Amino acid sequence: MKNYDLVIVGGGPAGLAAAVSARDNGIESILIIERDKELGGILNQCIHNGFGLHTFKEELTGPEYASRFAKQVFERNIEYKLNTMVMDISGDKVVTAMNREDGMFEIQAKAIILAMGCRERSRGALNIPGYRPAGIYSAGTAQRLVNMEGYMPGKKVVILGSGDIGLIMARRMTLEGAKVQVVAELMPYSGGLKRNIVQCLDDFGIPLKLSHTVIDIEGKERVEAVTIAEVGPDRKPIPGSEIRYECDTLLLSCGLLPENELSRSAGVELSPITSGPIVNDSLETNVDGVFACGNVLHVHDLVDYVSQEAAVAGKNAAKYIKEGKDSSAKAVEIFPEGGVRYTVPKYVRPTEIEDKLTVRFRVGAVYKNCYIATYYDDTLINKRKRPVMAPGEMEQVILDKSKLAEFPDLNKITIRIEEA
Amino acid sequence: METKDLTCIGCPLGCSLVVTMENNEVTSVTGNTCPRGDAYARKEVTNPTRIVTSTVRVNGGSLPMVSCKTKEDIPKGKIFEVTEALKSITLEAPVHIGDVVLSNVAGTGVDVIATKNV
Repeated sequence: MKNYDLVIVGGGPAGLAAAVSARDNGIESILIIERDKELGGILNQCIHNGFGLHTFKEELTGPEYASRFAKQVFERNIEYKLNTMVMDISGDKVVTAMNREDGMFEIQAKAIILAMGCRERSRGALNIPGYRPAGIYSAGTAQRLVNMEGYMPGKKVVILGSGDIGLIMARRMTLEGAKVQVVAELMPYSGGLKRNIVQCLDDFGIPLKLSHTVIDIEGKERVEAVTIAEVGPDRKPIPGSEIRYECDTLLLSCGLLPENELSRSAGVELSPITSGPIVNDSLETNVDGVFACGNVLHVHDLVDYVSQEAAVAGKNAAKYIKEGKDSSAKAVEIFPEGGVRYTVPKYVRPTEIEDKLTVRFRVGAVYKNCYIATYYDDTLINKRKRPVMAPGEMEQVILDKSKLAEFPDLNKITIRIEEA
Repeated sequence: METKDLTCIGCPLGCSLVVTMENNEVTSVTGNTCPRGDAYARKEVTNPTRIVTSTVRVNGGSLPMVSCKTKEDIPKGKIFEVTEALKSITLEAPVHIGDVVLSNVAGTGVDVIATKNV
C-alpha cells in the first residue's frame, strides 16, 4: 500500500485550490486523483465568461480559470493521477482507486479532502411523464457535447428548469443555430443568476415561463413535441393552461446534487438539506481527518467561492496533518432559521477558528429589503440589510473570533432572515 | 423624461438598475452598488456590447473543439455575425490560450482568441 499525507479526491476547481493551499501550508506529500483525462473538472466545458472576478479581478472563461489553478499545481510539482476512479474510501482513510496503468490500488492517507463536485438531477429523478425517446439531455451533457466534442444535440429545443447551465445552454444552442423556444421553470422564481437571464434569454428573446413544467413528452424514437402547463401554488398543473411545442430536444436544468457515494462509504454524515457532508469550521466532516469543499459540500453559485472554500479546507487539512487536532475543543451549532435553509459550516469551535470565519448559506425564497440577523444565544450580534436575496445566490455571514470570545458559555448561534 | 429598468451584468450580483433619460441623454442611474453598474447602465442604453464566447474546430488536438472568446466587448448587434464567422474556421493543433483564432472578427476591430490549450 502506498502512503500519502494528503489525498484529494477530484481535480476540479475545489481539488486544485485545496492542493495548492495544502502545499503552501507545508504539506509535501499530496496526491490529486481525477477521473477525467485532464484537470479542471466541469470548468473545461463552461466556455462562457464571468469566472474569476473575485479571485483574479478579471472576467475569465471556465477553461481559462481552470488553467490558472492547474498552472499553480504544475508549478508546485503536486502529484496527480488522471483517468483514475476512486472506488472506495474507508473510515480509516484508505483510498481504493483504479486506472488502466496501475490497475486497482490502495493508498493510506493521513488526511483526505473530498472534492468530487456534483451531478445533475436526471429525468428519472424528476418523474416527467411521457415517452422515453432520444433527444432528452441534461443541460450539462448538451454543454459537453457542443463545447468539447463538437456535436449539436438538436435544432428545436425546449428547456425545463432555469438553472444557470440551462440558461447558458439556451444562449449557446441559439448561437449555434438552434431555435430555443422556451425555458419553463416550476418555481415562481428562477434558479439561475439574474445576469444569466439578461444575457442568455432576454438578449435573444427567449421566453422564461415561471411556474410552468413539462407534463408530456411525445415521440417514440426521437422527441417530437413537449407539452408544458402552468402550475398552481401546489406545483400541480392547471388544466387548460397547456402549451404544446414541436421540438426535437428537451434539455433539463433542474438542480445539482452533491456526489457523495464515496463520502457515505467512509462513514461521513450528510445533511438532508444540502446532500453534502456536515462539517465544522475547518470544513472537517464527522470522520477525523476527512475534509470537504466545493460542490460536493454544497452547490455553489460562483467558482470563486469554491476556490476560497477549498483553500480553507487545504489549510486545515495541512494543520491536521502537522499538529493533529484538539478533540476537546467545544463546538457550537449554528441554527438556520426564518428562511435560511442551511449553513456551511454547521459547527463552530470558537477557540479553533482564525480571526474571521465565513459562514455560507442559501435562502429558501426570494426576500426583498430584509435583514440577515446573527444571534449568539439570544443576543443580537449583527444585522445586515440585503436589498434582494434569492435561492439561486449564496449569502454569507462573517463571524469574529474576538466577538465569540466574549461568549464563553455560548450554546447556539442562530442565523435568520428578518423583515425590516 | 423616461426611465429604463435594467439588470446589471457587470458581476454576478445582478443589481436592479433604473436609468433616467432625457432627450436621449442619461440624467441618472440608481440601484447600482458599484461604479461599474453606473458605467454599464449608461453604455447599455446607448451602445450595448457583449463578450462573445464560442468554439472552433481543431485538427489533431486532444479535443475536436477549442473554446474561444472575443478579446473585448463587441456591439450586441454583431453577435451572430461573430459566431457565423467562426463556423468556417478550422485550426491545427497545438492551440494555446491567448492564440488569435480570427483577427478583426466581423469588422469589429476585435480579435477572437483561444481560451483553452488543445
